[in-house]
Amino acid sequence: MSKTITLDGKVIPFEDGQTIMDAAMAAGIYIPHLCHQPEFTPHGSCKLCTVKVNGRNCSACTFPAMEGQDVLSETKELINDRRRITQMLFVEGNHLCPGCEKTGNCQLQAVGYHLNMLDNHFPLFYPGREVDASHPDVMIDRNRCILCTLCVRASQEKDGKNVFGVSGRGIGKHLIVNAESGLLKDTNLEATDRAVHICPTGALLIKRTGYRVPIGQRVYDHKEIDQVSLETETETLKHGG
Amino acid sequence: MRQIIQGIAESSHYRATHLLQILRQIQFRYHYIPQAAIEQLSDLLNIPRTQIVSVVEFYSFFHLTPRGQYELLISDSITDHMLGKKELIGYLAKKLDVAIGEVRKDGVVSLDNTSCTGMCDQGPAGLVNGYALTRLDHAGIDKIAELVNQQKPLNEWPAELFQVDDNIYKSGLLLNQQIEQGAALRSAFKRGVNETLTEIDKSDLRGRGGAGFKTAMKWRFCSEERQAERYVVCNADEGEPGTFKDRVLLNSYANQVFEGMTVCAAIVGATQGFLYLRGEYLHLLDKLQSILDQRRQNGLLGNNILGAGLDFDIEIHLGAGAYICGEESALIESLEGKAGIPRNRPPYPVTHGYLGKPTVVNNVETFLAAAGIAANGGDWFASIGTAKSKGTKILSISGDCAYPGIYEYPFGVTVQTILNDCGADDVLGVQVGGPSGTFISNQEFDRKLAFEDLATGGSFIIFNSSRNILDAVHNFTHFFAHESCGFCTPCRVGTSLLKKQVDKIVEGHGAAGDIVALEELCQLVKNYSHCGLGQTAANPILTTLERYVDLYEKQLKDISFEPGFDLDGSLETARRMANRDDVGAHLAQTAATGSIPTATFPPSLAGGE
Repeated sequence: MSKTITLDGKVIPFEDGQTIMDAAMAAGIYIPHLCHQPEFTPHGSCKLCTVKVNGRNCSACTFPAMEGQDVLSETKELINDRRRITQMLFVEGNHLCPGCEKTGNCQLQAVGYHLNMLDNHFPLFYPGREVDASHPDVMIDRNRCILCTLCVRASQEKDGKNVFGVSGRGIGKHLIVNAESGLLKDTNLEATDRAVHICPTGALLIKRTGYRVPIGQRVYDHKEIDQVSLETETETLKHGG
Repeated sequence: MRQIIQGIAESSHYRATHLLQILRQIQFRYHYIPQAAIEQLSDLLNIPRTQIVSVVEFYSFFHLTPRGQYELLISDSITDHMLGKKELIGYLAKKLDVAIGEVRKDGVVSLDNTSCTGMCDQGPAGLVNGYALTRLDHAGIDKIAELVNQQKPLNEWPAELFQVDDNIYKSGLLLNQQIEQGAALRSAFKRGVNETLTEIDKSDLRGRGGAGFKTAMKWRFCSEERQAERYVVCNADEGEPGTFKDRVLLNSYANQVFEGMTVCAAIVGATQGFLYLRGEYLHLLDKLQSILDQRRQNGLLGNNILGAGLDFDIEIHLGAGAYICGEESALIESLEGKAGIPRNRPPYPVTHGYLGKPTVVNNVETFLAAAGIAANGGDWFASIGTAKSKGTKILSISGDCAYPGIYEYPFGVTVQTILNDCGADDVLGVQVGGPSGTFISNQEFDRKLAFEDLATGGSFIIFNSSRNILDAVHNFTHFFAHESCGFCTPCRVGTSLLKKQVDKIVEGHGAAGDIVALEELCQLVKNYSHCGLGQTAANPILTTLERYVDLYEKQLKDISFEPGFDLDGSLETARRMANRDDVGAHLAQTAATGSIPTATFPPSLAGGE
């Protein structure tokens, strides 16, 4: 008999070592997330995947699945609060979807649609953030960075480099790169690095490729993020990244 | 400079775990962390420069650009404000001819605010190059300005500027009795290590940081881990505004605190201990180091302690200005030389702590009590207190009272008793447990300090009826936004949104729906944040909204919409660029009679604010 947890009333199996997120994805159930990708060490910072475990809020991507857990995910309260957390991510940066070349391929935007986010709700911060276009093939637009650290982890864990880091504190937190000049061109980053392809928003972009796929034919133009996430990320789970 | 940095790194044996300690020395010497030092350290310590930069930018006391040769910081605690801090820092800025937050043009002095420095009983307080300044007044500031302008070295400054008093007004079980050096360890070895754990269990001692986890259980969990290497950490990162008891305990009871750590090491099987001392208590460092040396000489630290076969030593690590490092897993990260970002839990520090090894982290007062229990037995402690809260609690009392200082009470004491003892009258309310605790009104003074009623880490700030509660809420909310580590969305963004929303209401820009919006935001930050900081950051608002909603409502405008910013002020740049300042270039947003802006926006444009 395999071990099980209950997720929104449905009994699903899990193996020792799996998180609630792992178990849910394996069972074909989507829990919204932005800082998590199964191929990297879970981070637990965006808090979109917050679920109620036996009455207590936990991050599904970091909390271990354990026998006897009664997990709630798609409740009215959690959906509403996830929308608010997504709105927080929008207002702290400068996210202007219509003018962003990532539109339609952007997970932040797609999660916003998935959660029926219709406005910003909170006052905008309009922070002044730096753009780094120094690298020949890759650019950083920090206006769109949501500090998920996926690029930091991908560079360390997959590329065997250490190109990115997150620095600062509180609302002043920001992405930095590993060069004395502080510029991307002076790092050992290459456009083929996994780190460049993992950004859930348009903060890391490969130059001269932005409109190769026309608007209207992009990933989330036709499918919702729950479907895309389960199709693509569960593959990584099965193949162990 | 290369040689100096090399020397500093060498004295830390090139250990990356000592990054904060190394950076403290560099900041002290150069008044910033030069880029060249970062490059050199990256090589010497074999860590990416991103880690060094992230540490420099995380801690308030490190800077990437030069500060003054005299780095002056003034404590921004509400208690300092109650003692006239705002006027004083203005006076200081004028005297020194330097703007707050800036470095003077000649590079001699810089001035800024800093979070509570733990001198609430003798404020207004500050720091100069890390050393505590107390009881600041106009005369003191005149003196400081003179010394700075003469560029007198700090060791030639008059001692009274740096004088820190204990101010112990009421002693109980723990403070009455200084245990003789080594007595607790001797009793523990005589009784047996396991039996001593049983005594601590019997005492029902719970963690004194505020959360109240049972100490014996924590120590047992750690000792049961199948790992050869274990650590004992004393959390002296006393950052909760209004708390200063650990400062006094380490000044006058340090031997007993170290003894408690050593008893813990004997029980859990640790060979290395750390005292994580908040950077603001730099003035205690030399004294504490000499006590450790003395204990080594007396066979109470080092190899084969008291001939009982225990090897254990204690190292002091200093913080660098980050409230979050009081959270135990953030403290461990900081001990490892990293930014103080709380870890995901589980696993907990008792199984995966310092360097991933089982680690006990306890408060200063907990170790003090544990030493007492090891010497005197569990019943000695458990005979005092309430059913669920045994023993005594050491309080840091500040604010509107005649005798601010340290008071020790058995658990279960009423708020009224404390107010009587410290000479407080005409009291409006008390902030119990600091900003992350609870504000209680004068209708609740029969409540008791105990885990089952008002749990507290010891901060007790008294407000008399001349005070405006919203000033405190404003101060506390800004504090949390400043101290948020920025790891998780609800706290990083939420605490800054709370700050904006409180400012909006306090400054009189609030509209009818703004209290509801504020409360909704409070719940989000409280329920979804990663750690205790975010989970309690909304407490000042929530506990005062619950008691004084009318105070908030009085601040609101009658209209349904009011922009959250100064419309007219926002036009200033445009006016300057257009080179005009006539009546038509101004918007009357806050006219005395009505508050309808002369220019109105359609709701769709205005809705975002």
